[in-house]
Amino acid sequence: MTTGKDHIDLRELHNSEIPLPDGLQNNVALTTLSQLYNWGRARSTWPLLFGLACCAIEMIATAAARYDLSRFGMEVMRASPRQADLLIVSGTVTKKMVVPIVRIFNQMPEPRYALAMGACASGGGPFKEGYNVVSGIDKFIPVDVYVPGCPPTPQALLYGLITLHRKMESSSLNNINSVPWYGRGPSDEIPLPILGPDIIDPRQTEILRKEIESFNASMQEMQAEA
Amino acid sequence: MSDQAPEIAVSQEQMVRTLQERFGNVVKPDDRGNFEGVIVDRDKLVDVATALRDDYGYDYLSSATAVDYLGFGDHFEMVYHCYKTTGGPALVVKAQTPRDVATIPSLINVWSGADFQEREAYDLMGIHFPGHPNLKRILMWEGFDGHPMRKDWHEAYFEEEHKPFDNRHPDGWVKRSEEYNPFGRNVKYPQGMTLADVHDISEIDHYEGLNLGVDIEYGAIDTDRLIVNMGPHHPSTHGVFRMVVTLDGETVETLEPVMGYLHRNHEKIGERNAWIMNMPFTDRLDYISSMSNNHGYALAVEHLMEKNAIRGYSAPTERAELIRILMVEMTRFVNHIWSIGFLLNDLGAFFTPALYAIEEREIILDFFEAASGSRMMCNYMRFGGVYKDIPERIRAQAVLENDIIRDFDTMQYLRTLIYERLPRFIEEYDRLLTRNELVLTRCQGVGILPGDMAIAMSAAGPVLRASGVPYDVRRADPYSIYPELEFDVITGTNGDVYDRFLVRMGEMRESIRILQQVFPRLEETKGQPVFGMDSYVPRMGNGGESYGRVENPKGELGYYVVSMPGKDYDQNPWRYHVRAPSFINLTGLEEMCKGHKVADIVVILGSIDIVLGETDR
Repeated sequence: MTTGKDHIDLRELHNSEIPLPDGLQNNVALTTLSQLYNWGRARSTWPLLFGLACCAIEMIATAAARYDLSRFGMEVMRASPRQADLLIVSGTVTKKMVVPIVRIFNQMPEPRYALAMGACASGGGPFKEGYNVVSGIDKFIPVDVYVPGCPPTPQALLYGLITLHRKMESSSLNNINSVPWYGRGPSDEIPLPILGPDIIDPRQTEILRKEIESFNASMQEMQAEA
Repeated sequence: MSDQAPEIAVSQEQMVRTLQERFGNVVKPDDRGNFEGVIVDRDKLVDVATALRDDYGYDYLSSATAVDYLGFGDHFEMVYHCYKTTGGPALVVKAQTPRDVATIPSLINVWSGADFQEREAYDLMGIHFPGHPNLKRILMWEGFDGHPMRKDWHEAYFEEEHKPFDNRHPDGWVKRSEEYNPFGRNVKYPQGMTLADVHDISEIDHYEGLNLGVDIEYGAIDTDRLIVNMGPHHPSTHGVFRMVVTLDGETVETLEPVMGYLHRNHEKIGERNAWIMNMPFTDRLDYISSMSNNHGYALAVEHLMEKNAIRGYSAPTERAELIRILMVEMTRFVNHIWSIGFLLNDLGAFFTPALYAIEEREIILDFFEAASGSRMMCNYMRFGGVYKDIPERIRAQAVLENDIIRDFDTMQYLRTLIYERLPRFIEEYDRLLTRNELVLTRCQGVGILPGDMAIAMSAAGPVLRASGVPYDVRRADPYSIYPELEFDVITGTNGDVYDRFLVRMGEMRESIRILQQVFPRLEETKGQPVFGMDSYVPRMGNGGESYGRVENPKGELGYYVVSMPGKDYDQNPWRYHVRAPSFINLTGLEEMCKGHKVADIVVILGSIDIVLGETDR
């Protein structure tokens, strides 16, 4: 993060475990590749220009002059998922809408992050009991940061984004588990939900089959009794 | 319309008698306690509706909705609220149908504004409308199991019919619905379903019936039509709205709005809730103008409480009404700057005009936050008043003067806002935009909606007034203290995008005019109560129906509430329906877009000013 001055504060980038002579403080930064890489990534996270509901209005307010998202290098909201690093799920996820959301998330290149903004995206919120509401986007896509609130204030969203930056900074190139997108082959796609009589998650078809079988068995029992 | 001779206002009772004389037994007055209007034999509904429109001047269908009277006569009832565009009270027309084979003739040929509303009734209640040309689901997807607004349809997380749920109150024991669901999710499948049924049929439907044949000829070349699908994820659809557009070259031939991507079951949840619990939900309808949503719901329920003569209840005090008007007119201002800012965004002036708008909005939002505790979801009004008087001081992060002064006297803050800052902003915005060449060329003559068509399509708010119809609920069917206030109803002449822009600019000026009349009276009434009573229990002993309508920034927002008599029912709305202006204004979208280019669709949609929370509810 830049300071109020017009140059980058190198102390932020410098690895504090390596001692530096006093005269070189803030002129030289000795750091690891991981740190440099994460520093660059975290300070140019481009969110997807994607609004769902009420929270989207607060997201726009966050991007506007007063809260100024560009202080964090995030003002470049991309309208295409192919160019975006971060999906801010800003609002109630309905069953009808979750299909496009999963598709959008699949289209985002790795490394990608998802932030659940507000009560609805985190767990259904006030609309949880609704018949067309998915109780939390984490049922379908992995979420990195949850921001509570209904809607979260711009300050809360900023705090969530800073938390995401911390998470990005904590990943290490040494540890392949924390940077899975460097593994072999493409990353796994999330199967698209199907809009049948109700929404069907292809990952749950096993449970569905068992439910149907147990229902059929109980029907047969009833018929046998009759 | 204004150029017609003023008609003598006819009360609803007189109108009922006139209809009975003309149609005889086909029309019966609704004699259930606290219900109003007429019940028309469904076979003759089209005749009666045509007569109402042509002979009696009821040319404006405000709301059409269905009610399920399961256990109270076991029938469905379609309720139509008809108004005259010359002003005056409603005539409520009802038609009943048995539940098992539910059919009611479509009124789309009488009032084409019934189009989406009948589709909604078909989708959520399962009533068939013979004569409707495009009767398919509108909010849920094709293939969804059941009609969710029926009283005997239960959602996956169903616990009890009414809140507060027994296990939560008074013991405070929390049930996690997902623990009781075999899938751990908010899903429910029909019994006897097989896995062979599992395939996605919902998408095909939108492309059926579109003419895709090779019949466009340019000289010797045959070309196909092109289908462009805009949304639900699209930066200029103002949310999760979708349009399926058929193009001939770049020209729009047909356009089908597809909605429901933010259908979050406002009405179903609202019917489980107790009366007051719905107040915060109304905030989330049109989430840019939560204060005026509160106002409409408060009016509807207050009206019902007056009908039931609830003990301890009295009408809002003068100060409460003043605060309401203050909040509502500020909301109108916020909404209009927001919508104009984003209209310019749609025109290609990316974000800069919107930034100007958001700056002013933040200052008003600071006041809302100080008064209600929340920036956007204010949940401020109550039945019979407002939640709290406006605070003495604002200690928010106000940037009214500079970044250092953060503690203001509220009245001083409001004075600066109403008399200096907002009028100055309007003039600045006006200077920047109104005669801007780009705005003129892109907006003039685009998306024309003629006045008669706007009335027929039940358009409301700036969309209706830009077409030259001076219909404003604040004047036509006055509520609150609007009769005491001086303001003009702004109208346009051409009904194009530019006129809608001008109407919004004019309405902001009128809002400031209203605020300047309200402000001195607020100072006079300082210290007076904002509630006329100490306590009351909102239990509608005898039940009844009520329709509360307000002129929301986006158009006429109506709440239709029905309560059933009896101790088990009167604590909750039996039916809770929202007449959403954003939803019904979209009826005319295809007409407005036909013959224009793809880029104009975005502008036309921006000029209608929809909010998806309200469109889909």
